[in-house]
Amino acid sequence: MVKYISKRLLYMIVSLLIIITATFFLMRIAPGNPFTSEKKLPPEIEANLNEHYGLDKPWYVQYGDYLVRIVQWDFGPSFKYESRTVNDLINDGFPVSLTLGLEAILFAVAVGIVLGVIAALRHNKWQDYTAMIIAVFGISVPSFIMATFLQYIFAIKLGLFPVARWETFSHTVLPALALGATPMAFIARLTRSSMLEVLSNDYIKTAKAKGLSRGAMIMKHTIRNALLPVVSYMGPLAAGIITGSFVIEKIFGIPGLGSHFVLSISNRDYTVIMGVTVFYSILLLVSILLVDIAYGLIDPRIKLAGGKKGE
Amino acid sequence: MKKSKLSLLLVLSLVLSMFLAACSGGKDNADGDKGKTDSKKKVSQELRLNIKTEPFSLHPGLANDSTSGGVIRQIYEGLTRIDKDGKPQPAAAEDIKVSDDLKTYTFKLRDAKWSNGDPVIAEDFVYAWQWAVDPANQSQYAYQLYYVKNGQAINEGKAKPETLGVKALDDKTLEVTLENPTPYFLELTAFYTYSPVNSKIAKANKDWYKDAGDQYTSNGPFKMVQWEHSSKIVLEKNENYWDADTVKLTKISMDMINDNNTELNMFKNGELDWAGMPLGQLPQDLLPQLKKDGSLHTQPIAGVYWYKFNTEKPPLNNVNIRKALAYAINRKAIVENVTQGGQIPAMAAVPPSMIKENEQGYFKDNDAAKAKEFLAAGLKDLGLSDASKLPTITLSYNTDEGHQKIAQAIQDMWKKELGINVKLENEEWKVYISKLHNGDYQVGRMGWLGDFNDPINFLELFRDKKGGNNDTNWENPKFKQLLIDSQTESDPAKRLQMLKDAEAIFMDEMPVAPIYFYTNTWVQDENLKDVVISGLGDVQFKWAHFE
Repeated sequence: MVKYISKRLLYMIVSLLIIITATFFLMRIAPGNPFTSEKKLPPEIEANLNEHYGLDKPWYVQYGDYLVRIVQWDFGPSFKYESRTVNDLINDGFPVSLTLGLEAILFAVAVGIVLGVIAALRHNKWQDYTAMIIAVFGISVPSFIMATFLQYIFAIKLGLFPVARWETFSHTVLPALALGATPMAFIARLTRSSMLEVLSNDYIKTAKAKGLSRGAMIMKHTIRNALLPVVSYMGPLAAGIITGSFVIEKIFGIPGLGSHFVLSISNRDYTVIMGVTVFYSILLLVSILLVDIAYGLIDPRIKLAGGKKGE
Repeated sequence: MKKSKLSLLLVLSLVLSMFLAACSGGKDNADGDKGKTDSKKKVSQELRLNIKTEPFSLHPGLANDSTSGGVIRQIYEGLTRIDKDGKPQPAAAEDIKVSDDLKTYTFKLRDAKWSNGDPVIAEDFVYAWQWAVDPANQSQYAYQLYYVKNGQAINEGKAKPETLGVKALDDKTLEVTLENPTPYFLELTAFYTYSPVNSKIAKANKDWYKDAGDQYTSNGPFKMVQWEHSSKIVLEKNENYWDADTVKLTKISMDMINDNNTELNMFKNGELDWAGMPLGQLPQDLLPQLKKDGSLHTQPIAGVYWYKFNTEKPPLNNVNIRKALAYAINRKAIVENVTQGGQIPAMAAVPPSMIKENEQGYFKDNDAAKAKEFLAAGLKDLGLSDASKLPTITLSYNTDEGHQKIAQAIQDMWKKELGINVKLENEEWKVYISKLHNGDYQVGRMGWLGDFNDPINFLELFRDKKGGNNDTNWENPKFKQLLIDSQTESDPAKRLQMLKDAEAIFMDEMPVAPIYFYTNTWVQDENLKDVVISGLGDVQFKWAHFE
């Protein structure tokens, strides 16, 4: 187990290095810089700024400096927000996105699994059709339409929730629903199809033949096995969702991390681009690792280290 | 067997109850909010608006964008302040003396206090201005202070910050020496880069401006009490302000919501008292509807939307071709059918708020007949028999639905009126600006907003071919000389005439085709009165109040 994890950690560092390198060069190739604006700066001011931020140094020096700073977990100052560092932006934005993301995941998993299980157990009956219609809607309606729709119905027409901003719990409900709708639908479909597959297995027939109750059979033998695909979907989903969604955060005016992924690029805010990319990559790589470990726990057939050793 | 059924039931009911709890919790809170807004309408003097994004910086010497400016304008006060009629009036200064050569200004400061009670002294101005031009402090707006003696030299590292032409003769007297006579200097002193900074605090703590709190002091009508980064700024009335009796609003909360539709929805839902410009923005496609129901406010501002011609790229190096293109545009159709925000067709470079006659401009809008004459002349210059022989012209703009619609309309007009083929090309904002600044384009759209109320703002950028913002590669010695001479002309009428003459040359050579003058569009709580929006489009809440 230890050997497996350390090997995976090594791979993670290599992946991270590749991501950092690719982002760094793509970013520098893009025309324009943080100080490009419709009112061009006098050359002496631009030169002064470039010197201050080290942008006048050769690329390999900048690249090297940057790697050193990442190791120290210091992403530097933001170009776009003078009073803030990239670490500030992440420290402030991530908890917000995390809260919203967890709410959305909770909603997606709870409702998605229930819908999927119901659909599978009532296969080709009206419950199945209803659940799948909801799921198809969830998958096919883009989140910005979902968000606008929820905002219009529940905030403007019914007045149940505020339109936007991030203050009390009630401010979080609509964005969490909008954010969770697509994964919820996806989980419902995944659960349904894998439930159906599991239900047709021989061991389920055996269980039935043994006289096991339907409830026990479903809880012990079916759901547990049927959830494997859902778990593997959860890793990347969690990393994506807890780092925030640009669209949802924009529409609901949420001060999360999601907007930085997009706006930093149009601002050419070099340090923020790198900072959020590194942060997201680490989260993603860690969550994939966690999923792989969770596999082993849920399904004893999967051996992490590829052998009996260490088990 | 019972047990497992029970546990399934338990899980289901837990999920359901969580969901319901979420809903009902929300209900209570939403109701609470509503109650608040209702009572607010009756008595409260609290204003809620949207500023879209986190400001770049709330240090007056560092700020360089409209969001930061919009906040700083409410909490700081310069030597002068632009009044309700758009004229600079003594503010932090109570008396201003100008020397005969227009190069030395002596400001007598009034007895005023910072929001923490410290007195505002001349040293606060000296410190702030020296700080802003000091290259060590990286101010992108340092050039706003180049009018003051040695400003540019200091920023280029050729002189010490202490040599800046600003001196505290005593605590209440400030003497400013300028590089050149600057007829609009009192407009400039109202601009935020010229604001004072509480030198006592700033000298002790270099990070004083990065958060709200007791370190952040200001000398304007309001003070900042809360700054939740990327989320919200709250201002309250500054009781220490010298003119506090005039200030009626007790609180201004500024949300940072970067979505036009959400902003309007919040306004409709009673969560904001103001939606739209200058600090926010309305969704463009809903403007006609808001206009129809009578809630839309529009006000012209000093800004122009124009198409720049690269005067070194054929066939645009031919003045007749440029004029043909400019004259053939039907601006009225564009502002009425495309932009729909009450914009004013522009047949001049300088907005009418600075030169009144420019409401008419230098030529007739949609003058197809003249355009065809110019085209014929241009074709003759080029030795071509007709317009179809002209190479296809590329019209560039930055990727945006609004710009695209205008470009499509103009493409159509040029094809129909002149028979010229036009190709559209769009790029991401910073890619686009880089191309324009590098002269890598034929015709490109751009906007220009004035920083202070003087025509020089709109002419100066074309003074030098490589002036940084010229982009057209156009240069004219007569035009240049008029601008240079205007700087030393002390008679305002004569000076204005020089600038008009310069503009006439500019419009005759047509290195840009003006399209329209910008307007601010917004909706507001109709009980809110006396919000002052200057000709430049800047908003001040000093005099605002709810009725």
